[in-house]
Amino acid sequence: MRALLIRDIRLAVRAGGGFGLALAFFLIVVVLVPFAVGPQPDVLGEIAAGVLWLGALLACLLSLDRIFALDHEDGSLDLLATAPVPMEGVVAVKALAHWLTTGLPLVLAAPVLGVLLHLPEPGFVWLTVSLAVGTPALSVIGCFGAALTVGLKRGGLLLSLIVLPLYVPVLIFGAEVARRGVEGFAVGTPLALLGGLAAGAVALLPFASAAAIRINLR
Amino acid sequence: MSLLRAEGLAVARGGVPVLEGLTFELAPGEVLVLRGPNGVGKTSLLRVLAGLAEPLEGAVESEGAGYAAHADGLKATLTVRENLGFWAELHGAQVGDALERMNLAALAERQAGSLSAGQKRRLGLARLLVTGRALWLLDEPTVSLDADSVALFAGVVRAHVAAGGAAVIATHISLGLEEARVLELGGYKAVERAAPGGFDEAFL
Repeated sequence: MRALLIRDIRLAVRAGGGFGLALAFFLIVVVLVPFAVGPQPDVLGEIAAGVLWLGALLACLLSLDRIFALDHEDGSLDLLATAPVPMEGVVAVKALAHWLTTGLPLVLAAPVLGVLLHLPEPGFVWLTVSLAVGTPALSVIGCFGAALTVGLKRGGLLLSLIVLPLYVPVLIFGAEVARRGVEGFAVGTPLALLGGLAAGAVALLPFASAAAIRINLR
Repeated sequence: MSLLRAEGLAVARGGVPVLEGLTFELAPGEVLVLRGPNGVGKTSLLRVLAGLAEPLEGAVESEGAGYAAHADGLKATLTVRENLGFWAELHGAQVGDALERMNLAALAERQAGSLSAGQKRRLGLARLLVTGRALWLLDEPTVSLDADSVALFAGVVRAHVAAGGAAVIATHISLGLEEARVLELGGYKAVERAAPGGFDEAFL
């Protein structure tokens, strides 16, 4: 299992692995926002939390189709299925590798990009916290979508269509935490719901993803 | 004590039945060569034996197998040693002398993406040595290998079998394994059905 985690991280950071693509996409989306809505600091400050959450979510979506598609193309997925490791574990480890190479950098970059959008000061902590709790759920849900579309040619668009609606609850509560943090309200309730969503997704979806892969390999 | 037992197996490819009524058993030290024309279902049978696909009927009993298919499962941006080391660690084994035995030692630090087709194939087969599995399921293992490499691999298979392993090999060319049993696969015989009584084409 550790071997798989190390391999996936290694593949992500080597040439052509896609590490940094999501981060660059996130940066560009956030930089484009002032061009679209105007540079007024108070307007930007008001929408900053929502824009950062939406940007992180879309950036996360960008790299999902690589999770299983590459392993399927070169035959590794078949060989992983015959290896003495449970497919549920393989899925969980690949989701973790995706989060470490995509989600975690987004969490760390978000406060920096918050400066670009005049995010009010009390919001920084809660934006980071909400992303740190929410992005693992994004990776695991995305993994499930990738598992459903693994055998399909050019399944990337279908993957987005499947995954985006599933991201809605995470977006609602994640952005709510950040927004309440900005305005100085109590964040307990949405944060608890976000944490519950993330914990539920991490606990249950690897089983669903593994079942989907087994069916797709037949 | 058998390593593989197939009982009344029926196999489908893409939902279409291609083979039926397969019953065989493989004991340590035995090699079974699958022969038959293209499309007869050799790959589908091997996938069922490997547990990747469900049989239509019947059952497979085995304690896991080392499986080598058309795709070698190599990562172009990892070196030869990293590729093999990953599979070894996943199977809880050591790389050991697998690289030397498949004549890859000189290429160990090269990226797998820069290997030739035959070298990639040898690396894919070297993976079998690090799985630690007694049963090997090989789907056309000699594709893109030259004569020397075929002989090298035949030697590896022979050593594996002599050490108490077993192998099922789908191949068109002879590996020179005289002791191998051969299973000739014939096409699925479609049974022509009689037209139902009272059937009249004019009503179609």
